[in-house]
Amino acid sequence: MSAHPSHGAPGHGDTTHGDPAHADPLHSHGDTHGHGTRRSYLIGFALSVVLTAVPFWLVMTHAIQDTQTIALIIFAMAAVQVIVHVIYFLHLDSRAEGGWRLVSFVFTVVVVAITIGGSVWVMYHLNSNMMPTPPGGMNQPS
Amino acid sequence: MTSDTLRPADETSPTFHLVEDEHGHGNGMGSTLLGFWIYLMSDALIFAALFATYGVVGTGYAGGPTPREIFELPLVAVNTAMLLLSSITFGFAMLEMEQNRVRGTQIWLVITALFGIAFVGIELHEFSGLIAEGATPQRSSFLSAFFTLVGTHGIHVTFGLIWLFTMLVQIGQRGLAIEIKRRMMCLSMFWHFLDIIWIGVFTFVYLAGVIR
Repeated sequence: MSAHPSHGAPGHGDTTHGDPAHADPLHSHGDTHGHGTRRSYLIGFALSVVLTAVPFWLVMTHAIQDTQTIALIIFAMAAVQVIVHVIYFLHLDSRAEGGWRLVSFVFTVVVVAITIGGSVWVMYHLNSNMMPTPPGGMNQPS
Repeated sequence: MTSDTLRPADETSPTFHLVEDEHGHGNGMGSTLLGFWIYLMSDALIFAALFATYGVVGTGYAGGPTPREIFELPLVAVNTAMLLLSSITFGFAMLEMEQNRVRGTQIWLVITALFGIAFVGIELHEFSGLIAEGATPQRSSFLSAFFTLVGTHGIHVTFGLIWLFTMLVQIGQRGLAIEIKRRMMCLSMFWHFLDIIWIGVFTFVYLAGVIR
């Protein structure tokens, strides 16, 4: 109950339906997934703390002067932390609901990336190409 | 046969979901959780639209305050810690629930609620401070987008808290029945999902705003 070591075996998923040793723990209680263990929650929490503390520390102490580099680092760490949360807290894997969770998640990630990235990209170029900027007239250079 | 499937003879409480025991998923748990997961994905699209709006108009200061001037990163760091701690304590509540320990589940839920209330309280404190110094949503497109995005997240957390207290009452009344567990698993996903959205908020809005 505490952990499912049988899940660790790759390539077993399609062949173990008739094996009672594998099937019973899945079907004896209502939920077929969503099991975290105390260990997995703590691992996810520790990774999240690091992936949160480092970006805050970088920005608050100005440890790196180059804005481009620091932006790249904090966005990369945010992306990694999202993956950590999805795996360790939401327990997303390829087996849940016959893979439909993973499929809908990947679809959503693609749409979100297009929506945010595409909007920012297009509008940034519209701004820089179509708005004549008076020299020194902007209160915030960007 | 069909009526048996829809209305089991031994059912004593009302059923709010399609019963599909034949598939072995047990009490419609699987389909409910997948449906809720798809709701969360669609909710992510709402936030994607708000993030995109903030990304596009977030530099329109209209001569007003800039992120560097008004954002207090220590406060945001505390808020982030509150939400992250509430995520792990909710995880512990779910572990207690799997062991069918009612008291442990309730205790961890209450601790989660306290962290959640702290988060909403700190956010309201931040908002009232901003409004008091003239950084209102009407001031610039940056502030409009900021209050819309962060406020929508805050409203989600508030409704999550209402749901959480509802579950506390229901656990107190009925214990850890199967339908209570199903609702708890949905709330657990909702709560962790909001923490994921907050990662985007503190990175995209606060940290990126201050270094800009």
